[in-house]
Amino acid sequence: MKKELGKKPIEEASLPDEIVIPLSQNLGSPCKPLVEIKQRVLVGQKIGDSDGFVSAPVHSSVSGEVVAIEPRLSFSGDKVLSVIIAPDGNQETSSFSGFSESEAKDADKVRVAIREAGIVGLGGAAFPSHVKLSPPKDKPITDVIVNGCECEPYIAGDHRNILENAEIIIDGLKIIMRVLGAERGYIAIETNKIDAIHHMNNLVSSEGNMRVVPLSVKYPQGAEKQLIQVILDKEVPSGGIPCEVSALVHNVGTTIAISKAVREGKPLFERVLSVAGPGIKESKNLKVKIGTPVNHLIEECGGFKGEPGKVILGGPMTGFALFDLSVPIVKGTSGVVVFPREMTIASNPRACIRCGRCVQVCPVRIMPNFIGQYIEVGMIDRAEDADVMDCIECGLCGYVCPAQRPLIQLIRHAKAKIIADRKKGGS
Amino acid sequence: MNSELIVSAPPHIKSHETIGKLMGWTFLALLPVVLLDIYLFGGHAIRTISLSMIAAVLTEAAILMYRRMPVTVIDGSAALTGLILALTLPPKVPYWIPLVGGFLAITFGKQLFGGLGYNIFNPALVGRAMLFVSWPEILSNSWFAPLKELDAITSATPLMALREISAGNLIADISVVYKPLLFLNRGGCLGEISALLLILGGIILVSRKVIDWRIPVSFIGTVIFLSFFARTNILITLLGGGLLLGAFFLATDPVTSPVTRKGRVVYGIGCGLATMLIRLYSGYVEGVMFAILFMNSFVSLIDRYTLPKKYGLVKAK
Repeated sequence: MKKELGKKPIEEASLPDEIVIPLSQNLGSPCKPLVEIKQRVLVGQKIGDSDGFVSAPVHSSVSGEVVAIEPRLSFSGDKVLSVIIAPDGNQETSSFSGFSESEAKDADKVRVAIREAGIVGLGGAAFPSHVKLSPPKDKPITDVIVNGCECEPYIAGDHRNILENAEIIIDGLKIIMRVLGAERGYIAIETNKIDAIHHMNNLVSSEGNMRVVPLSVKYPQGAEKQLIQVILDKEVPSGGIPCEVSALVHNVGTTIAISKAVREGKPLFERVLSVAGPGIKESKNLKVKIGTPVNHLIEECGGFKGEPGKVILGGPMTGFALFDLSVPIVKGTSGVVVFPREMTIASNPRACIRCGRCVQVCPVRIMPNFIGQYIEVGMIDRAEDADVMDCIECGLCGYVCPAQRPLIQLIRHAKAKIIADRKKGGS
Repeated sequence: MNSELIVSAPPHIKSHETIGKLMGWTFLALLPVVLLDIYLFGGHAIRTISLSMIAAVLTEAAILMYRRMPVTVIDGSAALTGLILALTLPPKVPYWIPLVGGFLAITFGKQLFGGLGYNIFNPALVGRAMLFVSWPEILSNSWFAPLKELDAITSATPLMALREISAGNLIADISVVYKPLLFLNRGGCLGEISALLLILGGIILVSRKVIDWRIPVSFIGTVIFLSFFARTNILITLLGGGLLLGAFFLATDPVTSPVTRKGRVVYGIGCGLATMLIRLYSGYVEGVMFAILFMNSFVSLIDRYTLPKKYGLVKAK
């Protein structure tokens, strides 16, 4: 299914009647609105910003009128202050311009441009890119990895991006490497996208310091720490970030956005994603305006096939199940995956039978079985001792569990408690 | 429409493995042995196996009802315990032995610890051990004579014959003992009649990843290694008792074996070592049952000392 979708070119999604742009789409402090109700906005106009370093501004993805600024439901189930815009359909663009070649060599200017363009990680985590591009002085980055693994089932947006925008990806990688003074660039692609590997290989062959790394099809191959391990043969220290092993990972979509921000001055107001799964009439790869409601995209793909059971924002291994389809696509949304009712049988968790499957598959090599049991009986401190905070929430333990134990749910519960306790402790 | 969407934490897809399927594969792996039992022993086999399974399932259902827990006998785990218990019994035991055994196995081996997943000792072996110490003469005298050639000695299993021959009490060419073991051994428990079928079952379980190869390989490997040094007949040591049944179907019970890869090797070696020590130096000719029960008690400890080294163990500065 993923393979067929990888053959479908990216289509431009139509404009919805209403655009909902949450003012908090990533970690860090939420943005304050820069527009007022009834104000006319243009495509790419900045409509929210924040003073915090770990934050990124948000931009309008349409031209039209601001009709409301109010809390709206977001994918996580929380209500988030959002700017609601009624598109006028003209798609009139605010003026933005790129850098000249000489300006593009100035690392600080490039960082500012990337921040101003509101670029965050498009792989799902939505971490502000300029922060990643500003490593501590004593930890220089030597290796930059562009993540084109796309190891989540069903979705194929990154695959299409590699096929259709390979030159832009290479340009983006060059910009990143120059900003960081990095020596080597890698473009990691799983071998189930052989056409993408060939295509990229042809283009990269002339670049001396870049190469394509074909990787076996294995979940979670595209997880940041696992990529660094398999490509650079290094492990990011527990609790640390990739710059501690002189590495940096950016998703292909992010790399494209970075190139466009620097060359054209284009803010991040649209992204490529897949609408897929056995519960949708026609799976598609779409270029979508940020703020488009999920139900508009479902209509765009011919509606549901059969009775829908689950609608997931993101991929099926790590994504969020939605209960309300009016929530908007945000920068970090890599896909909308729909499962029909008959495929969403409620799980019936049993006691752990100690089969050890989760232990064998865990990519960070912790013990999901024991951790789950500790959390179940409220022993959060024991879970912490057992390194629950190292969990990357890839979902593999829950996937393989024959007892259908809700391991990720338990782990998230414990992590939230531990983080809250640490905050309370003032540390 | 929206109100009917299902919300849950990820992952939103699941492998098709379930507890019931794992049990199902184990039943399938044991089916050839059961069929051969019925062919060889007819009514004796049918009676022992079915009564043991019925007792185990009814006991499980009754206790779960008493505990006001969902009656989950459909997962097949109690039935499997019953079947495996029956396979550790001699063919000619009286009808009440499997009934009592199934009851003991589930009650004391499983439910008193909290049911599926919580027991420390292999339930089938708990049942078998309680029967063995309570009615030793019945469990020691219900064999069929193993071989026509050795009909002279009563109630002999191949391991007993091995001891007799080694001690010089019985003059016979040792090859008459082990030749039939590989294919058809009338002188063992219901689950020891054919080494070949047990190995076949083991291969099914390993290839389906129902069990981890590390346990049977390290268990059997240790026994071979030690029997080489102890100068016992390797083939009889290997094929003549409960080793294959134990290594493939009893020691591999997930609930009562370690979860780490390294731990499984340690546990398998321990099982092999204990088996050989009992066989060579104790009053019993067979040591697999007590060896596994003995090693079951170390499982938690083994897990604790064989935890994998987590990703990025060096703490961030």
